[in-house]
Amino acid sequence: MTSDAHTLYQLQRRMADAIMRPLTAGQRIHRRSADGRPMQDLAAELIKPSKRLTSLERLEIYNRQYWFRVVDSLYEDFPGMRAILGQKRFDALITAYLLRYPSRSFTLNDLGGNLERFLNEEPHWASPLELMAADMARFEWAQVVAFDGEERPPITAEHLPKSDATGLTLQLQPYLSVLELGFPLDDFVIGLKRLAAEHTEAGITARHRRRRRPRIRLPEPQPTFLVVHRFRNSVYYKRLEPEAFRLLAALSGGQTVGEALTAAFGPLPEREGPRDKRAACVADWFATWAQLNWFCGCGIK
Amino acid sequence: MPPNQFNGFTDLGIGIGLRVPHYNYILAKKPAIDWFEIISENYMAGAGRPLEILDQILDQYTVVQHGVSLYLGSVDPINPEQLRRLKRLAERTKTPFLSDHLCWGSVDGTYTHDLLPLPYTFEAARHTAARIRAVRDFLEIPICVENISSYAEFQVSEMTEWEFLSEVVELADCGILLDVNNIYVSSQNHGFDPYEYLSKIPHERVGQIHIAGHTRHEDYILDTHDHPVPEPVWKLYAQAVSSIGPTNTLLEWDAEIPSFPRVHNEALKAGRYLHNSEGSTCESATA
Repeated sequence: MTSDAHTLYQLQRRMADAIMRPLTAGQRIHRRSADGRPMQDLAAELIKPSKRLTSLERLEIYNRQYWFRVVDSLYEDFPGMRAILGQKRFDALITAYLLRYPSRSFTLNDLGGNLERFLNEEPHWASPLELMAADMARFEWAQVVAFDGEERPPITAEHLPKSDATGLTLQLQPYLSVLELGFPLDDFVIGLKRLAAEHTEAGITARHRRRRRPRIRLPEPQPTFLVVHRFRNSVYYKRLEPEAFRLLAALSGGQTVGEALTAAFGPLPEREGPRDKRAACVADWFATWAQLNWFCGCGIK
Repeated sequence: MPPNQFNGFTDLGIGIGLRVPHYNYILAKKPAIDWFEIISENYMAGAGRPLEILDQILDQYTVVQHGVSLYLGSVDPINPEQLRRLKRLAERTKTPFLSDHLCWGSVDGTYTHDLLPLPYTFEAARHTAARIRAVRDFLEIPICVENISSYAEFQVSEMTEWEFLSEVVELADCGILLDVNNIYVSSQNHGFDPYEYLSKIPHERVGQIHIAGHTRHEDYILDTHDHPVPEPVWKLYAQAVSSIGPTNTLLEWDAEIPSFPRVHNEALKAGRYLHNSEGSTCESATA
């Protein structure tokens, strides 16, 4: 900072502190600042009153705009989390989250990037559904990443070394996430979308307008292995078998193909029958994944 | 102003802000639009569906970039990664010039994602102008800064908003994106004469004009871009193009977005005033 901008910095710091302070339950500005000072005094020091509004009322416009904007952004990115927790608890969660992890990026797209971490640090915001909520945060964030995350040129068979592949490492596209979830959240979110579409269609008649919006049942625990990815610029979730998940997860962690195969299946079977079956299965997976452009780099370890 | 160094010597006519609900209509019908303005940040991730759509739009139309997050008046250091991405996008769009707001929005690396007003002080003007110059030097594209709508004025201000805008653009030697709706909204919120504002800014630096609608609350007006352009804003626009000359004009409609033809028709109303101003410019040239 130049010495020329020192006063400007102080003003911006005070103003930001005031407008990023959470709203009251009635969505109004707090009467006292975080350090207990009357907000009215602070506002009057910074802001001129107008003919119709006091300094505090003018400050409140910005306070409300800030919270409405950031909360709206998280509503859009985490509809599944809202469905799990309900509106009131979701609002409390994201207010607490934004206090701990305010935006550190010029783009609102990055706003929800620490939500899973926050839920692991402070699970009580989602208790007793903290495990499902943390999974949902990871799953929905993976969709944000898949929507417009970086894409590198995919590799083809010509890029691969001709020698033994066991020492080969493969890089996965940055937009792709390999997830192990404790609940079938893909089905749950698809169900939510279907319900929302039906509700929108139903909403056009008065008869349906009177109905309460039906709630979808929360999923029961069930290990679920997923890849969230993008193909032809649309976001998809693809279920994986447990072995395929372990294989991809190991590759994304930088292990060689040989190490990843061991992580997926355990030691190589001694008999030829099971070995052939396993080889055919792995060949099928790699063919599909390559067609989906999931690999974007390779090396030899 | 007619084509000038601040808008890349362009005479684009009347444009519309490119928005997601209109993608399908535009790609299917290819309506005759002079140009589109994009929000740069929506396409800066560098991949995915937004860029696919943008490339298709670029095949057919002129696109000008408008940003919402450079925060030219913030004291924080400029984010180099953000500038690199912005430059990459500008190389893709070939935008003849680029605009962002005369505001601040981040402090100590934390972002408010709002367009916050600056105190109208000489310190703030010098600081902001230096940042505009640094951004322009990096991007190597003419820059226009937009006057924002505001709901608060700072006690420490040493000048009017139009004096501050003039001071910044003269120091930075950059252009103005004159938002006539924002002038009107701020004039109502702060009690100044919008026509005085219009008459006191350096007209030769205006590279583009924004028009939009707003929402009137009991005690103030909010810049919401969710209505047609109201009559007082059209009157101010008429005065603007009459004083400045035919200028690249863009209609913003960002919330409660109606069909594309509805937005297009609203934008075309600007033609009445633009053509009149062309007539008066020709008459004065012949006189």
